[in-house]
Amino acid sequence: MWTLLRIELFKIFRRPRTYIPFGAIAAMILIIQLGLKFDGRSYLELMMSSLSDSFFIPYNMIMNGYLVAFVILNTLLIQVPLLVALVAGDIIAGEANMGTLRLLVIRPVSRTRLLLVKFFASVVYTVALLVWMAVLSLFLSMLLFGTNDMMIARNTVMEQIRSSDVLWRYIAAFGYATVALSTVAALAFLLSVFADNSIGPIVSTISIVIVLTILSEMRIPLYDNTVKPWLFTSHMLAWKGFFYSQSDGQGAAIPGSVENLPAILRSLGILLLYIFGFVTAAIVSFKKKDILS
Amino acid sequence: MKYLLLFFLVVAKSPAWAQSPDALLQKVRARLDQINDYQATGTMKTNVPFLKVPEAQVTVYFKRPDRLKIRNDKGISLVPRGAVTISLNNLLRGDYTVLDAGKDTAGGQTVKVVKLLPKDDNADLVLSTLYIDEPRLLILKARTTTRENGTYEVEMSYGKYIANALPDRVVFSFNTKNYKLPKGITFDYDDGSAKNPPAGGAKGSVEIRYSSYIINKGVPDSVFQ
Amino acid sequence: MSSIVEPADPAQPPPIVQVTGLTKTFKDQEAVNGLSFTVYPADIYGFLGQNGAGKSTTLRMLLTLIAPTAGEIRIFGMDLRTNRREILRRVGAVIERPDLYKYLTAWENLSLFARMSGLRPDRRLLLDQLELVGLAQRAHSKVGTFSQGMKQRLGIATALVHDPDLVILDEPTNGLDPQGIADIRNLILHLSHHRKKTVIVSSHLLSEMELIAGRMLIIDKGKKIIEGRVDELFDPAQTLVELETADPADAAERLSRSRWQSHLNQRRGNKFLLKMDRAEIPSLTHDLVEMGVRVLAIQPRHSLEDYFLTLTTANQHVDAFTD
Repeated sequence: MWTLLRIELFKIFRRPRTYIPFGAIAAMILIIQLGLKFDGRSYLELMMSSLSDSFFIPYNMIMNGYLVAFVILNTLLIQVPLLVALVAGDIIAGEANMGTLRLLVIRPVSRTRLLLVKFFASVVYTVALLVWMAVLSLFLSMLLFGTNDMMIARNTVMEQIRSSDVLWRYIAAFGYATVALSTVAALAFLLSVFADNSIGPIVSTISIVIVLTILSEMRIPLYDNTVKPWLFTSHMLAWKGFFYSQSDGQGAAIPGSVENLPAILRSLGILLLYIFGFVTAAIVSFKKKDILS
Repeated sequence: MKYLLLFFLVVAKSPAWAQSPDALLQKVRARLDQINDYQATGTMKTNVPFLKVPEAQVTVYFKRPDRLKIRNDKGISLVPRGAVTISLNNLLRGDYTVLDAGKDTAGGQTVKVVKLLPKDDNADLVLSTLYIDEPRLLILKARTTTRENGTYEVEMSYGKYIANALPDRVVFSFNTKNYKLPKGITFDYDDGSAKNPPAGGAKGSVEIRYSSYIINKGVPDSVFQ
Repeated sequence: MSSIVEPADPAQPPPIVQVTGLTKTFKDQEAVNGLSFTVYPADIYGFLGQNGAGKSTTLRMLLTLIAPTAGEIRIFGMDLRTNRREILRRVGAVIERPDLYKYLTAWENLSLFARMSGLRPDRRLLLDQLELVGLAQRAHSKVGTFSQGMKQRLGIATALVHDPDLVILDEPTNGLDPQGIADIRNLILHLSHHRKKTVIVSSHLLSEMELIAGRMLIIDKGKKIIEGRVDELFDPAQTLVELETADPADAAERLSRSRWQSHLNQRRGNKFLLKMDRAEIPSLTHDLVEMGVRVLAIQPRHSLEDYFLTLTTANQHVDAFTD
């Protein structure tokens, strides 16, 4: 299994177009960092416009590396699923298109193992993308903007997290994001089994994610209690939950706490179920599939 | 003889013998004027419906006549605007018309209520109501209405530093605008639990518990930049 | 159509491949129907048929790329359904055009497939394989820069790298120039005669097959037409004789009035094809001279191509014998 995984990773990382998403992420992050470096105050003033009448706002302290990283993740974790689909959607269909799939299937390796290895390889790729994102969005931002307490602007609440209480939350958030993005990878992977060309699975995955995200964000009672809780897109933002603290009875945040950890774990469980379902369906389909390419 | 003494005691306690609000205020001011500056450490707890912030270790600097700065050296603190403009010393400066508003209760004690109406029509402070512990010459509560920043209330409790008329605990209450950002901007995680956002305008408070004061040892001006 | 039934030979080793009643139906189309054949060790087994006859489908079923609808496949005496991995460890194949990873070098492609077959290939092994197919000089060039012939040769190298006992080559000479075709021919002969490998080759180049195949199978529309040793399949009574004349119109008119009319099979330009007993060629020659036909050449054709054409539906497309 380990040999096969190394082979898959070798194929992925020797391919020039593998690095396009890394470049795209770097470009997006640097653009956001540049923008905030030069005009972060305007962004903060917009976020805190209803507070500035009542409070002194230390804008230069609030605009620190931790906040910048959060802003970047907020933006990117909408686009990065699409980049993940680019590789995961290609992982079977691309081989079929290249004509190499038949060369793989005639090796003395079970189809189940072949597919599992390919899926793990796409997860490793996802992790690599996230590590890259973490280095650029968090550590580079910490270097460029310094560190301080972190202010999170939610819909009806402004939260503050002490600087000593931030890093572990980012580690947890990136860990969760790995599972969230792996869900998208698993979907693209499943669709890839049915196609001989990677465009179909990639576009289909992107379309499904977009449509389900819209459904997840809309406030329509018909969907709120029926469909929404079970859509995987409704749970992809749960990484943010690690930045929501509990409060004591008097409204103060409790350092080191998570507002609703059971909910995050429930979301995690749902995502893991989806991954299991998608990958199982992919394996079952692939085992029965006639390789005609 | 003892009945004469008793008579004088009773008469001495009667309202007809109580000091005027002006005189009381002067005595209170005189006590406060003994403080040229101080540097105090304490913890600040914020209780505003739309703010969820941890307790902060703060340092409070004061320098006569009216400079006050609340600083968090280890992180960020959102300091209410009114908290620094209406220090007690600020309240007692300037020209006022002083009115006796009778008695009330504050901090579990009977207090003298004194209203201050600034004579300057352009002053930011419109009306101040002070609740004064007459025997100890301490202001236990102050409610102030300002032109720019609405109405504030300050409650003080005294302990270790009562001799310097410096409180152990200050609770500053104020009105704020409500806070709300569109979901399309925040993309919050919806954990499925019911959310009850505060309705209409919000009322908040900030409590500072002082642990120590360094009094009249000098505070550099640079602190207030 | 006759089929040659080979008597069981106790001296014959057990078959490497035994296919019985193999059937594959795609939706409502039968691609392979009740196909049975046997391949013996160290043989070069020719697999012939027109485009769409079912050759690739059959070979893909042997390699578990496609699941049969019915039938049994036994390789090395084992049921393919239940011993897939064990069997595939000893099988190497090139199916259709050997597409490899264009962005990797020949060396990297070969190493990758070797590892997937369970090997830990060392430098010597990979170099030997590349030398065998004449690609050692281009070992570190990206496959994307290779010609079709080079890709074909590299494909064969990937099929052989793990030293399989059974080699399956589907159209191995596609896209090759005459030198390339000759190279592949020699390689196949080398594999069979010197390395004692069993080779199943499917090809359109019937003339090439004639030169290398020991036994062969001809299929048409998914069904077996004939199977047997190449040198035993030709029926001398069904020899095709090619007659070239200087005056084809005159020859056609004279032949139509002769006893040879019923033997006329086809006419192309100034050439006539007659199907007849090989022993009657001298009589034909005598009669043509007597009739005054101006003969340029008489040539018996008993090539595999002609045999194939007579057996398969291709011969229903022959031109009518007219001027």
